[in-house]
Amino acid sequence: MGLFIAQILTGLANASALFMVASGLSLIFGVTRIVNFAHGSFYMLGAYVGYSFMQVLPGGFGFWASILLAGLVVGIIGIIVEMLVLRPVYKAPELFQLVATFGVILVIQDLTLLVWGADDFLGPRAPGLKGIIRIMGEPVPKYDLALIALTPFVAFALWWLITKTRTGILVRAATQDREMVGALGVNQAWLFTGVFFLGCALAGLGGAVQLPKGGADLLMDFNILSAIFVVVVIGGMGSLPGAYVAAVLISVLNVFGVNYLPQSTLALMFVVMVVVLIFRPFGLFGREEVAGEHGQVGEPERPIKPAGQTARMIVVVGLVLLGLLPLVGDSFILVLITDIAIFCLFAASLHFLLGLGGLVSFGHAAYFGGGAYAAALLVTYAGTPMELALILAPLAAGLTAIIFGWVCLRLTGVYFAMLTLAFAQLLWSLVFQWGDFTGGDDGLVDIWPSEWASGTTTFYYLALVLCIGGIILLRHTAHSPFGYALRGARDSARQAEATGINTKHVQWVAFGFAGAMAGIAGGLFVFSKGSIFPNELEIARSFDALIVVFLGGVKTLAGGVVGGAALEGAKDYITRFEYWRLLLGLLIIFVVILAPDGIAGTLRKWAERIGFIKREDQA
Amino acid sequence: MLEIKGVNSFYGKAHVLNDLSFDVERGQVVALLGRNGAGKTTTMKSVMQLVVPQTGSVTYQGTDITRMAPHKVAKLGLGYVPEERRIFTDLTVMENLEVGRQPAREETVTWSEDMLFDMFPNLAERRTNRGKELSGGEQQMLTIARTLMGNPSLILLDEPSEGIAPVIVEEMARVILRLKKDGLTVLLSEQNLHFAQAVADRVVIIESGTAKYKGTLGELNAHPEVRDTYLSV
Ligand SMILES: Nc1ncnc2c1ncn2[C@@H]1O[C@H](COP(=O)(O)OP(=O)(O)OP(=O)(O)O)[C@@H](O)[C@H]1O
Ligand SMILES: [Mg+2]
Repeated sequence: MGLFIAQILTGLANASALFMVASGLSLIFGVTRIVNFAHGSFYMLGAYVGYSFMQVLPGGFGFWASILLAGLVVGIIGIIVEMLVLRPVYKAPELFQLVATFGVILVIQDLTLLVWGADDFLGPRAPGLKGIIRIMGEPVPKYDLALIALTPFVAFALWWLITKTRTGILVRAATQDREMVGALGVNQAWLFTGVFFLGCALAGLGGAVQLPKGGADLLMDFNILSAIFVVVVIGGMGSLPGAYVAAVLISVLNVFGVNYLPQSTLALMFVVMVVVLIFRPFGLFGREEVAGEHGQVGEPERPIKPAGQTARMIVVVGLVLLGLLPLVGDSFILVLITDIAIFCLFAASLHFLLGLGGLVSFGHAAYFGGGAYAAALLVTYAGTPMELALILAPLAAGLTAIIFGWVCLRLTGVYFAMLTLAFAQLLWSLVFQWGDFTGGDDGLVDIWPSEWASGTTTFYYLALVLCIGGIILLRHTAHSPFGYALRGARDSARQAEATGINTKHVQWVAFGFAGAMAGIAGGLFVFSKGSIFPNELEIARSFDALIVVFLGGVKTLAGGVVGGAALEGAKDYITRFEYWRLLLGLLIIFVVILAPDGIAGTLRKWAERIGFIKREDQA
Repeated sequence: MLEIKGVNSFYGKAHVLNDLSFDVERGQVVALLGRNGAGKTTTMKSVMQLVVPQTGSVTYQGTDITRMAPHKVAKLGLGYVPEERRIFTDLTVMENLEVGRQPAREETVTWSEDMLFDMFPNLAERRTNRGKELSGGEQQMLTIARTLMGNPSLILLDEPSEGIAPVIVEEMARVILRLKKDGLTVLLSEQNLHFAQAVADRVVIIESGTAKYKGTLGELNAHPEVRDTYLSV
């Protein structure tokens, strides 16, 4: 009994920071309709800034003042980000906003590294709250009790602000109808900035307040992200009570999980989420979100046509050059091109989902890494030959995609994006925690191609054939009746339903198909490297693909391929810099703001302007 | 007071307002008449800059407001009552009014909640009810009251009589005349000619986004053929 109560208390204490961060995310989303993927970064900043203040401000007063100051400073950083990065993209399609906030993640990661260095900080203990109290014989840290007492005050202050003040009324009104609030004379720009300040300040407070329990490190941003998403999905986006209840639920469950099911603590919260979603698709306290308020795209979509004469010629010439490459290139070049080809297939499979299906998946690494792990596990435990493993990898990845897709496709838009990301994290955590089977952090090694394909040149051809074959298959599918049905489902679900298309079904199949294609890439990846580690399943990997598709251009079919080649090529170069994330982050932000059609799309526009390609509407 | 000159507005590629021009004089009630899809709502939105005209200009009290942010337009004293009402359904009546609150302006009446509850007694009883609990007529009154909280000198009413019970339509007409007496200028859009006849001084008839007829109500009544051509009576 004593242990039980102690565990509940620990859970409640852990819920404190989670609630603050999640309610901040919820608030920002409610008003601006932007899911701030960088929210974890503000949480991390809060921890670092709070830590620094605690070094200079002494005593109990200094400790609590540091936490408040951390919230304030992070809120101000939030204002800067909002004004510089988000203001230009409020009217842009959702994907652009998400990618922009991802750029912010990269920038903040490197700036934090730059300012505070790579070492983890152990959080200072709270003066006056250092010891433990025994409750029915079980030790409970005093600081935990302080957090449990503190959270209701924060929740109450927020509730008061939202329900009782004019600002809160405006925020709630804007959550429902921003345009109308503007037409009544309220300057929305400042309302947005204010809400962003508040949301980021809450994230900063959350980061600072957990210092004595968790300290500060550079992985905090991604580590909390899926927990926040799970909390807002369970609680209901935009609902403060929902955020609180869900944060408590998840935290308490986690504590029990650690004690009774140590292998699957992370998986546990996803199970709860899935159960909640099945019964309440918009969360415990949430309501249906009207999706697509600011429309799908800035400009009317062009019909994607089968390649013209010129394009075909360019592709054929390119393929011939690639085919002849082993005659001149050394093995370094061949390995690099193999990497690029694999990555291009991965990116093209995401492009298929995203560009054609309008399905913004933020967890595509699950299927790439899933295929890779499937192949690696088959080789390690069943001695499966490469040929069979390469066939089974896409099957396994496709199956995973079908299972995850079943849940994710119950929701749309940003919810869908959050769910896909959360599921990818689930897979990552399974692989990471189930070390006996998957090798955990040490990965799986010694997975080499069959004898005949083990030469660099032979494997290069194998990878090239499979990847190009996969890309052609994706393209071909895009122009098949299935591709048109998928596009129909994206542009107007209702219209598509009216013509007898089961849109959910079409999207589900597409999700599985794209997953399988990513699985081929994953399988090839394992055999080209000889090993696999959990980082191939990480959020960062999913984002790689997303950025590539984005940089390449969502609306051009070539987008995935061009972007993939560009990034994988550039990465080889750019990652030699210490602060490459900063560069990449800034690049992404600039592209979002200045060249929203991506590289391929922008090139195409230039080409049209100088008359190299004819515009569709003139043709 | 309000001059619309050669305005062309688009939704994407759809050309909806076509060289639209007309004026609204201070203190008048002007009815904008036209069939379904004639462009009445788009005209209102183009005045508020919720739809930004591609060419042409909108001038309010001598200030060119074309391409101004909608909240600045509102702050100049233009009140917008949208066709779909767009009240905040999760907010109470009092909170809805709070959203509309703007500082007093010299040239117009300064409204308080109590004055508005005098004018709309039904709302007074429902001040703590949420928007979604109100009837259609009550919602219509609330949108007007909410806009009046901004103390506008010109109010844009988009189809105020649409979809409400006949008794309330009559009340609405009384409210508009009362506003006129208080010195407000009103531009309202209507399909219901009878309603317009009860309140308007002048009418502008539009079709396909172009003003086809401008004149006083008396003149329109003297030309039934105009009425029959452009309006579905
Ligand atoms: N958001 C929009 N996107 C594209 N076209 C629109 C949009 N809103 C209106 N239209 C079109 O513009 C034209 C004018 O519409 P508007 O709403 O201004 O007409 P209205 O006179 O207010 O009609 P009603 O009496 O039905 O309210 C119509 O043909 C309509 O289909
Ligand atoms: Mg209308």
